Amino acid sequence: MTDSLAPDRVVTVHPTPFLELADIRKAYPGVVALQGFSMTVAPGEVIGLVGENGAGKSTLMKILGGIVQPDHGTITIDGEPHAGLTVEESLRAGIAFVHQELNLFDNLDVAANIYIGREPTRAGLLRLVDRLALRALVAPLLKRVGAGFSPDTPVASLSLAQQQMVEIAKALSLDARLVILDEPTSSLPIAETDKLLAVIAGLKAQGIAVIFISHRLHEIERAADRVIVLRDGTLAGTLDRSQNTHDRMVKLMIGRDLKAQIGTHQARPGAVALEALGVRSPAYPHRQVNLQLRRGEILGLAGLVGAGRTELARVLFGVDARLGGEIRLDGKPIALASAADAVEKGIFLVPEDRKAAGILLDLPIAENVSLPNLRAHSRYFLVSRRKEAVTAETARRNLGIKAPTVLARTGSLSGGNQQKVVLAKWLAMNPKVIILDEPTRGIDIGAKAEIYRLMRDLAEAGVAVLMISSDMEEVIGVSDRIAVMHEGAISGTLEKRDFSQENVLLLAVGKPPAGMRQDGLDPLSKNLQKEERRLP
Amino acid sequence: MTKKDLGLLVLILVVGAVVAFINPRFLLPINIANTANQVGLFGLLSIAEAFVIITGGIELSIGSVVALLGVIFIDLIGNRGVPWPLAVVITLGIGVVIGIAHGTLVTRFKMQPFVVTLCGLLIYRGVARFYTADGTAGFAFGVSFPTLEWLTAGRVYGIPNSFICMVVVAIIAWIVLHRSVFGRHLFAIGKNEEAARFSGIRTGRTITAAYIICGALTALAAIYFAMYTRSISPASHGSFYELYAIAAAVLGGCSLRGGEGSIVGVVLGTILLQELQNLVNLLGIPSSLNFAVMGGVILIGVLADQQWTSLRARRQMSALAQSPAE
Repeated sequence: MTDSLAPDRVVTVHPTPFLELADIRKAYPGVVALQGFSMTVAPGEVIGLVGENGAGKSTLMKILGGIVQPDHGTITIDGEPHAGLTVEESLRAGIAFVHQELNLFDNLDVAANIYIGREPTRAGLLRLVDRLALRALVAPLLKRVGAGFSPDTPVASLSLAQQQMVEIAKALSLDARLVILDEPTSSLPIAETDKLLAVIAGLKAQGIAVIFISHRLHEIERAADRVIVLRDGTLAGTLDRSQNTHDRMVKLMIGRDLKAQIGTHQARPGAVALEALGVRSPAYPHRQVNLQLRRGEILGLAGLVGAGRTELARVLFGVDARLGGEIRLDGKPIALASAADAVEKGIFLVPEDRKAAGILLDLPIAENVSLPNLRAHSRYFLVSRRKEAVTAETARRNLGIKAPTVLARTGSLSGGNQQKVVLAKWLAMNPKVIILDEPTRGIDIGAKAEIYRLMRDLAEAGVAVLMISSDMEEVIGVSDRIAVMHEGAISGTLEKRDFSQENVLLLAVGKPPAGMRQDGLDPLSKNLQKEERRLP
Repeated sequence: MTKKDLGLLVLILVVGAVVAFINPRFLLPINIANTANQVGLFGLLSIAEAFVIITGGIELSIGSVVALLGVIFIDLIGNRGVPWPLAVVITLGIGVVIGIAHGTLVTRFKMQPFVVTLCGLLIYRGVARFYTADGTAGFAFGVSFPTLEWLTAGRVYGIPNSFICMVVVAIIAWIVLHRSVFGRHLFAIGKNEEAARFSGIRTGRTITAAYIICGALTALAAIYFAMYTRSISPASHGSFYELYAIAAAVLGGCSLRGGEGSIVGVVLGTILLQELQNLVNLLGIPSSLNFAVMGGVILIGVLADQQWTSLRARRQMSALAQSPAE
């Protein structure tokens, strides 16, 4: 570790770039992935990199990481030109990646993860790990990323943002000069995101450059000194901090306005479809959830990660047993012993972890779509592939699933199209209530808009839609009402006129916004109201 | 028939041709009929095992169940004078009960299939030895059951009825696994139990059903084995049969991780194993090497198959590397 990078000595941003890409071109058979692309990276600079999926971000990352070589152009590192980088050259130049899906061993502690494969050892035949030396190496790294946990904390007990800090500390241990964060916030809740942005500011202060790739433009707006927008393999534009606004980024990315896609319309909510009365989930056994979900509305469920939203969804879908309270469907109490019970009653869930629980990646699209409803696709208990293909083909057309045929392996589709397959299997079964847990995580803007449209179509058809989301823009843009969870209970419900980031955030941390109508059913809110009344 | 099944068939034919060339006795009707009988007996066990392996589980108690149900069946008809159709029903019933027990322990009590069935292996073997006081169970002198004997050890046009029985079971199993709603659910659970549950499949019931089918088929096989050997020493009868069944299923393309496998492959796997057994006898290889030959062939077969698959995957990857990124 060089002394100049110590946290207590803030380095002023050096104006000279140490990395320069000039006129980079990379083509694959049939497609030009990147063309005429140039950029510079100076020490201590935070660069936001945005673009829809397919815009060329991955190719650019592969070139920087030394995985692919450009067809044309030069990469200059510290004044030395290269036609392309090897993986070793990229490492030696101090380019480090923190990927969206973290590569940590959650059965090991923080220190072991950072120095995995390079553990300091004691002298002797057995090469025992020198735990003291390891700790001494790791502690300053953690201090530099501003982590509040110790080197011997098990990784499994850390939050996602903290795990990202571990990855960044690992990059620092390799003397990184440029840390590339690929979609670091897509799975982070609001409060955690702030922590990560603070870490980025800390890196900047230490003279380390950061390239920050995200679909969440508000974070880019907050964090980046400069934003590079890619579209169709070319540089669509560069925005300096002064010109960098959300709307400008979107326009450069897609050349149209996002507002029009989310749409403004008036919901006409009907009768209460699903009602939770004092429901307690295993995550918060002592907190009660009261929630009403009406036909024809999209109810956004916001809150910090760990607030118990996913656990509530699992209880409402019958995969976890509820510890108390009552669930009513159309006013009648229902027993949910398993997901199969919920499915029979028309309550469907699009789970948070698509690959683990949403779809079977190895199966063709058609088999995924028919899976929950094979009885309807069979005669005398024998599956009819013809019926299956008809259903899947209809879904493919209606949902715009981009796949050569419905017999294509689901795992070969993009994230957005996989999510549409999850939706397709439920849409084919006349849902009454559909719960979507982070439905657009890791999906590009175009596919997001289509998923929003599908949700809206469902609501218009009288389906009750519950959308769990940590994306503030999405919650406010898509919902008809927003319920906010805090530590296992609903801390308040917002009507459309009260929608604002501030109100959602206040409720998410358990403080009711002033002058807002409270949800009368919730015990926490009631207490808070009482307290308010007691105030002089 | 998948490519894998076809490859297995070719291997069977090639090995058969080589053995027949060295020792023409391989092709004698009596030899073929004997081998077919063995294929029938072990095929039933392999199909039973396949149902459990496809769910991602394993059934290790098959051999012990064959011993326990064998001694019970012979005792019922030989010593206790129970009419044989009733004895068949009782034996199949016990097989079903064992399946229910294993399935319940695995799904409701969340025990690992390996542990449950390993304990089963020990328990049933012990009970079988206790049941006969470690003696050999056999028919009393002069007792005979012409119909039962014809059904189990008899032949039609020279084809052993055990083989015919196995073919009938295989056809039904093929329809159930590869064409029915239940089969779809079974494969989905084997591939990804969580996603299957989230699709509204009653995973617990489905997995239990697989263990019940396995138990019933094992019971059927136990009756055939009992009638074939006619006397059972419970300490050794059926030893290692679970491993033959697992080996045949693996040779036939079942993945021990679950979600993969075909009935055609399992039957072909059984045929190959019995052919190897026959090869050891006919080529004068010391019979003590029996297991070693079988183990070696399975190892090479599975290794070759995986190398072939990963070679194809590598080719695909290099083709993808040439194509555009996102």
